Amino acid sequence: MAGMAGRMSTVIKSKISKLLDKAEDPGETLDYSYQKQLESLQGVKKGIADVVTAKKRLGMQAQKLEQSVVKLDTQARQALAAGNEELARTALERKQLAQTELQSLDQQVAELQSQQEKLTESEKRLRHKIEAFRTKKEVIKAQYSAAEAQVRISEAATGVGEEMADVGLAMQRAVDKTEDMRARASAVEELEAAGTFEDLTQLGAGQDDIDRELAQLGAGGMVDDELAKLKAELGQGSAPAPAELESGSGEGDKP
Amino acid sequence: MIVRIMGEGQYRLSDDIRERVNELDNRVVAAVEGNDEDGFHAAFEELLDVIRNDGEHLGDDELETSDVIIPPADTSMEEAAGDFSGEGLIPD
Repeated sequence: MAGMAGRMSTVIKSKISKLLDKAEDPGETLDYSYQKQLESLQGVKKGIADVVTAKKRLGMQAQKLEQSVVKLDTQARQALAAGNEELARTALERKQLAQTELQSLDQQVAELQSQQEKLTESEKRLRHKIEAFRTKKEVIKAQYSAAEAQVRISEAATGVGEEMADVGLAMQRAVDKTEDMRARASAVEELEAAGTFEDLTQLGAGQDDIDRELAQLGAGGMVDDELAKLKAELGQGSAPAPAELESGSGEGDKP
Repeated sequence: MIVRIMGEGQYRLSDDIRERVNELDNRVVAAVEGNDEDGFHAAFEELLDVIRNDGEHLGDDELETSDVIIPPADTSMEEAAGDFSGEGLIPD
């Protein structure tokens, strides 16, 4: 069972041995390696751009969620002011869910930011190594016999190859994480679609998955607390007992 | 000896640092084998710190092959299990 470092060694060895198989003319091998290195560098740059795009997308989703939180809060107040406590509770439950998602999104954006910084550092390191290789290959071509050049090429190519494998694996990890985030984010989008109510009168009870999820969430005391706070703010009696809150069929029955 | 910390770059270690890193390497292996998550993180972080602080960071223009490759700092114990078994990363 190979760990990450073990996998990396395997990758490097197979790449280098493939490269040296081709090495009939050392000069050609050197130029070919350099060409491949430049191509890899382009791949790394593209990978970093993908991370930036993913980060931006998540940032935009976070903004949308922020707006939902504000909107749901307003709706809860309006509902309560109109005497519809049931509706206010539902709005607060959704607000709670949106806030939780928002926190996790913010955290993911921060994670992507730090990955982006690390990858940019790695890209810089790789660029310098490739530059060093370019210089070295001219020295090797000029100074060594074919047999000795073989050894030097192997050393130099492995030095760069290691750096490339390292960046490559870091990139792969970043992509894997981004994909997890994307899956989560699309779940959040679903919430977005069902989340805020265009029309306060259109809200029914318990008709979809999200409502069921919300009901579970609402079981925690946080929504109760917030509802009580809101009531106090609106001057509807100070902090009512929980029993009072739970009596469902009051005067605010839905039509 | 030259080691690479994945995602961070390469370091040149003198013989006595190599000795300390080898001890820590064995501690990491012991923690992984004993399924001791806290012990793993403590030993692994110390191992990385010794390399970072006492090793000599290789310049970007040096093309060297690493003798030992060390998984990245954010490696979980599960991910590390494959690398830290038996004699660990550094042969005893």
